[in-house]
Amino acid sequence: MTASQPSSSAEDVPRRRTAKLLSSAQLGELTSAWEKLPYKPKATPLRGPETGLVMVRGRIGGGGAPFNLGEATVTRATILLESGTAGHSHALGTDKSKAKLAAIFDALWQEEETRSFVEEEILKPIERRVTAEDRRQAEETAATRVDFFTMVRGDD
Amino acid sequence: MSMNAKALSGGFAQPVFDAQAVFRLLMDGMSRPGTHQTVGTEIGQPSPLGEAAGAIALALCDADTPVWLQSSFAKSAVADWIAFHTGAAATQDKSEAKFAFKQAGAGLCSFDLFSLGTQEYPDRSTTIIIEVAAIGEGRSLVLSGPGIKDSATIKVTGLPEYFEEIWRGNRALFPRGVDVILTAGRTLVCLPRTTTIA
Amino acid sequence: MYVAVKGGEAAINAAHRLLADRRRGERSLPSVTIDQIVEQLALAVDRVMAEASLYDRALAALAVRQSRGDLIEAIFLLRAYRTTLPRFGTSVPVDTARMAIERRISATYKDLPGGQVLGPTFDYTHRLLDPSLLRQDDVEEPARKEPLPGTMTRVSDILAGEGLIEEDGSLPDDRPAGDLTREPMEFPMGRDLRLQALARGDEGFLLALGYSTQRGFGRNHPFVGEIRIGEVEVEMEVPELGFAVSLGRIQVTECQMVNQFKGSAKAPPQFTRGYGLVFGQSERKAMSMSLVDRALRAEELGEDVTAPAQDEEFVISHADNVQATGFVEHLKLPHYVDFQAELALVRKMRSDIEAAKSEVAGAEANSAEQ
Repeated sequence: MTASQPSSSAEDVPRRRTAKLLSSAQLGELTSAWEKLPYKPKATPLRGPETGLVMVRGRIGGGGAPFNLGEATVTRATILLESGTAGHSHALGTDKSKAKLAAIFDALWQEEETRSFVEEEILKPIERRVTAEDRRQAEETAATRVDFFTMVRGDD
Repeated sequence: MSMNAKALSGGFAQPVFDAQAVFRLLMDGMSRPGTHQTVGTEIGQPSPLGEAAGAIALALCDADTPVWLQSSFAKSAVADWIAFHTGAAATQDKSEAKFAFKQAGAGLCSFDLFSLGTQEYPDRSTTIIIEVAAIGEGRSLVLSGPGIKDSATIKVTGLPEYFEEIWRGNRALFPRGVDVILTAGRTLVCLPRTTTIA
Repeated sequence: MYVAVKGGEAAINAAHRLLADRRRGERSLPSVTIDQIVEQLALAVDRVMAEASLYDRALAALAVRQSRGDLIEAIFLLRAYRTTLPRFGTSVPVDTARMAIERRISATYKDLPGGQVLGPTFDYTHRLLDPSLLRQDDVEEPARKEPLPGTMTRVSDILAGEGLIEEDGSLPDDRPAGDLTREPMEFPMGRDLRLQALARGDEGFLLALGYSTQRGFGRNHPFVGEIRIGEVEVEMEVPELGFAVSLGRIQVTECQMVNQFKGSAKAPPQFTRGYGLVFGQSERKAMSMSLVDRALRAEELGEDVTAPAQDEEFVISHADNVQATGFVEHLKLPHYVDFQAELALVRKMRSDIEAAKSEVAGAEANSAEQ
């Protein structure tokens, strides 16, 4: 790969979903799954967990040339399992414990034996929570939509 | 495609202190051109990158400094290693690069295509790190200029004869021009653009 | 002459201790928590994030608490904090068309796809102080309704169909964005750098400038094409994975101002646009930003530059409240030596004038005697 032009292909889709769900995880969801894990793998930190900034860009007019809107805090971690699988995590905010656990679960998701555990105990519950929250938000917002109606004119 | 473990391993064990130590070496080296500086920490860099060159990358490169790598690094994990540990993106465009990593053995050419800075901002030029076969033995180069009392002699193996010609061209652009750091394994020697090679 | 003065240390320590005490306030009252500030003073937190140019609700709330609610002080604290962090990279530009909408209104189209969605707005409240908030009453759950399917089209995309409105600016889509936190500012600057400066600019300053354009100082006939507030996904290309990974979602406010434009030597009659994008829920700021963005495009669109809001160097150089407060507030620092020098100078000028006066008076008296 070239660092400047990452390719995004169909094979990345499941991994992207995993990364997205892990980034929206709450620390409690990860720690309770960790406690349920029958065998706790040994994970060596390769980088982090560390907090830094990402410059968030917008586009002029919404769809034009990019401009720098401002920065956001991001915490990331990379770990290596004894099996040689590396796991990464990146998420907004400053939660280092979450970053470390998310990186471990990213690695466990890549391994055949533990993938279904990660899927059932972490990814699906997070997905359900996020979907429910989004649904509630959308319904509450929809209730404030204006239904215009025209007053009947008294012409006759 | 994700990176392999070779690219992910290594790096500074203590990012803050190690980066400060390497920065100090470079500051001393730049202010006293020709002096040998030795990098002390293990960084687990992938071959063919040398320890000193790798440490320079870890200390100086970041997401704001595009890095250009000579094609001789292409088949190695060097680009991925630098990208992962520093956040610096690789660039094919020499004029965009803030840092360039070369191997003298793979051939050198004029620095003209790299960023040479502007009259207003001469500091915006590329810093070129050149790995040579050995420092402290081989052909003598006599240096003079700011930071050098009278003159200093360095011995270098693996730097082609025409390097002096390239360097004269670089000197002629002053205050614009590139700065060079020669590296061989753990050793580095700085050649800021103010230095003249006799 | 330089005079080093010591002796303030004990007073400074005592002042800091007193500050900590006053910040805590009456001890019998519970201390306000960060979560309470995030949840209940959310718009203050949003303003701090926007003007500090750092999106992090918990840190912004901490800054609000530390500054005793002085928001410019809080912004200063957060700006100082951000300088201690490394930058990992730059996000993929956020896509506001795919925003999870919490509010979306248009003043130009009554019936637009997706409708007018009011969200949690102060508009239509009567601005009467509500005594029921003196008590900690239970608050009703929000009403709910079946949402409309699909994403809400941006109003600018609806108007674009007719060709009567300009597109998203004249800069190419793949142009690298300038960054004023990395490069020194130079004037004239690109619209990208201007928008970055406005996005972190002081809300009060931009509000006043936007207002000035409405009152005739650089009038540009604005309509709110659309305001939308909601969450957008932030993604970043990560070299170790080789694809853009989601980092999470942030709330932003976007304003598309549409301006009638009678045409100039540079552009035909059409609707032009001003753009505002701000962290958090900050509608007033986004609207002001879009008015000022449009005003600052005067030269690009071939209009006469006559008003303060159209003067790029004036607006951008004075929009940052951390810079402004630094320079204004530095005046209270010791200027003892400067002032002594000025005092000596004024004394000398005064005595010179008096000497000259008495010389003239003396000469007049002499000539009268003769």
